[in-house]
Amino acid sequence: MSSSEGQAISPDLATVMALKSGDQGAMAVLYDRYSSVVYAVALRVLGEAAAAEDVLQEVFLQLWRNPGAFDAARGSLGAWLAVITRNRAIDSLRKRRPETDIEDCVVSVAPDLAGEADRARAAEKVRNVLGTMPGPQRDALQMAYFEGLSHTEIATKTGEPLGTIKTRIRSGLMVLRKAFQG
Amino acid sequence: MSQNPDAPAKNAGRVGHPTDIWSYILMSGHEQFAEDLALYALAALEGDERTALEQHLAGCAACRRELEQLRGDGALLALSAAGPKPPARARQRLMDAVAREPRTVTPTLAQSARKNGAASSSSRTGVSWWGVLGWAAAVAVLVFATSLWRENAELKRQAFNLRGQVGQQTLELDAAEKFVETITNPEGQHFTLVAGKTPPQPQGKAFYLKSRKSLVFLASNMPALPAQKVYELWLIPVKGNPIPAGLFKPDANGSVTVTNPPLPEGTEAKAFAITVENEGGALTPTMPIVMMGAGE
Repeated sequence: MSSSEGQAISPDLATVMALKSGDQGAMAVLYDRYSSVVYAVALRVLGEAAAAEDVLQEVFLQLWRNPGAFDAARGSLGAWLAVITRNRAIDSLRKRRPETDIEDCVVSVAPDLAGEADRARAAEKVRNVLGTMPGPQRDALQMAYFEGLSHTEIATKTGEPLGTIKTRIRSGLMVLRKAFQG
Repeated sequence: MSQNPDAPAKNAGRVGHPTDIWSYILMSGHEQFAEDLALYALAALEGDERTALEQHLAGCAACRRELEQLRGDGALLALSAAGPKPPARARQRLMDAVAREPRTVTPTLAQSARKNGAASSSSRTGVSWWGVLGWAAAVAVLVFATSLWRENAELKRQAFNLRGQVGQQTLELDAAEKFVETITNPEGQHFTLVAGKTPPQPQGKAFYLKSRKSLVFLASNMPALPAQKVYELWLIPVKGNPIPAGLFKPDANGSVTVTNPPLPEGTEAKAFAITVENEGGALTPTMPIVMMGAGE
């Protein structure tokens, strides 16, 4: 991220504040910063470029209409956008109305995801961690996250007990968290 | 749960992180919600279990905090999808949609905080007994909290961390308030900086509030620079020589954010300009001026 700062205010916060003032240029800046994250997550969930582009438009328009939904004190904008994009894409995949209000979606994440280089490093690390996970655990995590399957659906699909699926998903997330804390 | 072959892995995320919020949840006897919280964070929990967890979350700050972290863990997982880029037309499609929906300025956090502060202040003067009861309740809570404090050193450390976060958030709120005032104060001057007609066209917007020495500059589509070169933003005063107002390099997308560079007190601006300088910047602008804009 390129910026020059004389005070403790992050570039994301500065740009979101400008967005709140109705500045369309700030929207362009945020799009340039995060459109690749939003599009990639939507495409991974939906598997179709046109549908992913629709979700991309919807997510950024939601931010334009309601920039106050992002709580800058509780995490990075990149992580928040990734989460609401994933949720919106799953809703679209399952052809259901949005289940979570974006204002209720607070995300806390350790690494700084504002810069493209930061995100590329984090993505590489996540892929490495996933690569070291036992296959059934990785599959359960990805079925829940990218396919939007409930734990009962995953249990039915894999023939594993419900408790096993629950444990695999939670411990998988814990392994990811630990990789970025250590 | 007894038929769960993966049970030993349950502790994987806790080892080596005694200050993790998870430790707090365990100490508070909320372990039964651990796995359901993870599923809930992924919207993968259904039925009665979901209802029961939502009821618990409504009254449990520790579990809400853990939920935020689990969503963050999910965001990390989302990054594994990184790679594909949206088609170029998507940007224009979005900007066209944004242009069709001009927005009025919504009340800001800082403005809301001031409004709420004023409201609570007036209620204090109007209903004094409620205030006394409030203080009594606060003292009782403090006594209770102090006893807990002594019992658990780990909780104490967490409380310290939370206070630090509050302090940091207060600083950020102050900075944000200054930022918003710079953009929205009717006395502030706005400058739009544009370059020639070579697409995509660079555009910059400077928000300057003289009374607070506060400047915010946002730009997009700025061309990349050779190594050893930087852009320098200049405040062109009504009287006197151009004043350096920040150095920057655009990111890979050509985007730029400059906030509150050091500026002299009370300088009235008639324009802002940008030049290309050697790394480290210059005290006087080197021609040519690549972008310039007068106050709107």
